[in-house]
Amino acid sequence: MKLKEKAKILDELAMDKALERMAHEVIEKTVPGTQTVVVGIKSRGAYIGNRLADKIKNISGTRPNVGALDITLYRDDLTQVSEQPTVHATEIDFDIDRKRVILVDDVLFTGRTIRCALDALIDFGRPAEIQLAVLIDRGHRELPIRADYVGKNVPTSMKETVDVKLKESDGKDEVVLCEKT
Amino acid sequence: MDKKIVWTKKDLLGLEYLSKEEIEHILYTAASFKEVTTRQVKKVPALRGKTVVNLFYEPSTRTRMSFELAAKRLSADVINMEIEASSVKKGETLIDTGRNIEALKIDIIVVRHSCSGAPNILARSVKSSVVNAGDGWHEHPTQALLDMFTLKSKLGRIEGLNVSIIGDIAHSRVARSNIWGLTKLGAKVTVCAPKMLIPEGIEKMGVKVTSKLDEALEGADAINVLRMQFERDSGAAFPSKLEYFKDFGITKERLKQCKADIVVMHPGPINRGIEMSSEVADGKNSVILEQVTNGIAVRMAVLYLVGLVKEGAR
Repeated sequence: MKLKEKAKILDELAMDKALERMAHEVIEKTVPGTQTVVVGIKSRGAYIGNRLADKIKNISGTRPNVGALDITLYRDDLTQVSEQPTVHATEIDFDIDRKRVILVDDVLFTGRTIRCALDALIDFGRPAEIQLAVLIDRGHRELPIRADYVGKNVPTSMKETVDVKLKESDGKDEVVLCEKT
Repeated sequence: MDKKIVWTKKDLLGLEYLSKEEIEHILYTAASFKEVTTRQVKKVPALRGKTVVNLFYEPSTRTRMSFELAAKRLSADVINMEIEASSVKKGETLIDTGRNIEALKIDIIVVRHSCSGAPNILARSVKSSVVNAGDGWHEHPTQALLDMFTLKSKLGRIEGLNVSIIGDIAHSRVARSNIWGLTKLGAKVTVCAPKMLIPEGIEKMGVKVTSKLDEALEGADAINVLRMQFERDSGAAFPSKLEYFKDFGITKERLKQCKADIVVMHPGPINRGIEMSSEVADGKNSVILEQVTNGIAVRMAVLYLVGLVKEGAR
């Protein structure tokens, strides 16, 4: 299966502006009295979570605690995938009880990854609330899951894929839409 | 996420059969599972719906409990087979026992047996995964893996380390598995035992051999002290336990000549005052209890990896 690049959805500047706006939205919805923490889903969600936390610090003065979650052990397709996914370590070294957790991922698609993340988070404690921030929402939900903060909505077809590249893992910041040929 | 498939084996029969990459993969996976054991809810659903049977032909408390806990923390169902109360007493063969277990659709068999190679025979005869929990004098792979995991977490690496294994090498499956694992990962291994307890030809495994404890301790980054099995085989080599302690016992005095931060390991259970003094067993260099904790994470990693190997590979 080959991928052909169809369109550039976000370039470096647009990605930065989207994250900036999302940071403002997160602050806007902050309820006085609750502490906010950020948990990114490994691996790209974790990088984006870090950036979001930095931007929140620049605007509000305080940087929320940031953790990284590996959801491999909670996947519902472990017995079906052909390649055996490597388990990476989860790093959440703070308490999430009674906190508002902002779950962060790069692309929201079927919603199954988020379902895994919710199960994993509940095993860590009892947050006051969990909100979801994603860079791209590409539609095609298979579970009743929705994002609270979205960088960009991109309607896609099942033949297309959304490819997120980040400086931390891929050397550059951009989001491209590809088509399977 | 990496797409490369590193683990393709349905069984874990010994470290002899693993590549350096595969061993490192187990240790890496174990690190993630170690994090799970520090949570409030020490359970993940990775092996939900799978069944693990503990088939222990030899008695064990530590290893069996460890495997049972590891399986339960992965949400698998566990059955402990009581050999004494089973049809094995009526003479049922190992392979027949295995085939019956397979017919019950049990996914993983954890087996400990007094015959070297028994897990290998079992693995060939059934589609279920077979994990060796110790066979005769041959191998005890999960023990060596947790020993290496402990070493790595204390000293940061395995490559280039000087590790000495001290005790009844001839009758030790723990020693053999450790030798395979440590040499494959680039450590420099020395084995130390009274002459009668050194198996012939062991140098061919790539280890240095000595019967002098001081030589084994000199320059060692870590030592793995084995249990003297006086009730079994080791008894023939020594007239008394006191004599063993004098020549090979690890004491605070002996450790004075070693590196200050030397790591002292023991697979357990310890014979206090025979292979090591209580002072050392409970001292600051000892990581014996950490080994036990790490054992759960390592066994979770092993069960996870063999448990999810595809049907086609079986």
